[in-house]
Amino acid sequence: MKRKKDNERLLRNVYTALSAAVCLGMIAVLLVTVSWLPPFGNGDNPAENEVYERYVESGTGEAGAVNTVADMILDYRAFDTLGESNVLFTAACIVMILLRADRDPKDGCLQIPELEAAAPEGKPDAVLRGAATVLVPLGMMLGVAMIMNGHLSAGGGFSGGAVIGAALILCAVAFGAGRPEKYLNMKNWSRMVWAALLVYTVLKAYSFYTGANGIESIIPLGTPGTILSGGLILPLNICVGVVVSCTVYGFYALFSKGGLQSGRQSSH
Amino acid sequence: MNIVIYILLAFLVLCALSVSLTKDVLAAVLIQLGFSTVMAVIWLILESPDLAVTEAAVGAGITGVLFFSAFRRIGIIGPGRRNHEKKER
Repeated sequence: MKRKKDNERLLRNVYTALSAAVCLGMIAVLLVTVSWLPPFGNGDNPAENEVYERYVESGTGEAGAVNTVADMILDYRAFDTLGESNVLFTAACIVMILLRADRDPKDGCLQIPELEAAAPEGKPDAVLRGAATVLVPLGMMLGVAMIMNGHLSAGGGFSGGAVIGAALILCAVAFGAGRPEKYLNMKNWSRMVWAALLVYTVLKAYSFYTGANGIESIIPLGTPGTILSGGLILPLNICVGVVVSCTVYGFYALFSKGGLQSGRQSSH
Repeated sequence: MNIVIYILLAFLVLCALSVSLTKDVLAAVLIQLGFSTVMAVIWLILESPDLAVTEAAVGAGITGVLFFSAFRRIGIIGPGRRNHEKKER
């Protein structure tokens, strides 16, 4: 018996020593690599090449957005952003498969998992509700402004969508999940994400097709600096924002109660 | 400006160390949120506001909420915390 205990202790010590050694070795490798990197902001860095110059000098003229980052992620590198949106959607689908709560076959209500039933939620307090009353509309408007101004200033579809998703989560925490899910139910959620991904794909397919075949695109670039400019960047930003905000709220709903309310269920 | 950046970077190292050394899951998530907030400030100082905005929204906002709800769901934190966890403490 005593021997078994000694063995266990020995194993634990060896394990601790090994993990510390691996961790320190990793830190050493990374630090050496970092010391080989060229200094930040140096003019001779490999990143300062013709690609960078092209983006900075003619990005606004070619893609139409004042914000060069928006030019890059939604015009020059839009295929990557489509992949990212699909990754988010796929992640939401996987979480849905793993964590989805069962539905009552009669009325479509979510069946609460045992854990939740064992520990009922306390009443949301007055401070949370007061803060949410101020912050939810502000967050929504900030998110929409970030998406709509993504081609003019810092922000864009991804961060704006994340802010809207955070506002929806805050609303659900403070006032109950029925409040946001009155409109963002399962049916509307999947319709919105699906439609946004489809619109993104169709728009980008059009611009890839015209670009690859040398056909002049009929989408006007507009005057740089105005809200209706930048060609496809504004609609693409809106699509990304819809996908991100829906996914973020969907993650929260799945983690906290196993799914969104179905469209048939009456709100409370 | 250099001194400010060095203080912030030192804070990042401190955060990274304490996240790996703390035993409390709740504290680890909170430290990680602090890491993201400071990281957003550093992005702003490095003149990349797009990254700063995304870091603040995703790193310091959404990640924490998702961690909290996921941990609550699997019973590590919150009122549904499993009994054997309590016994261990």
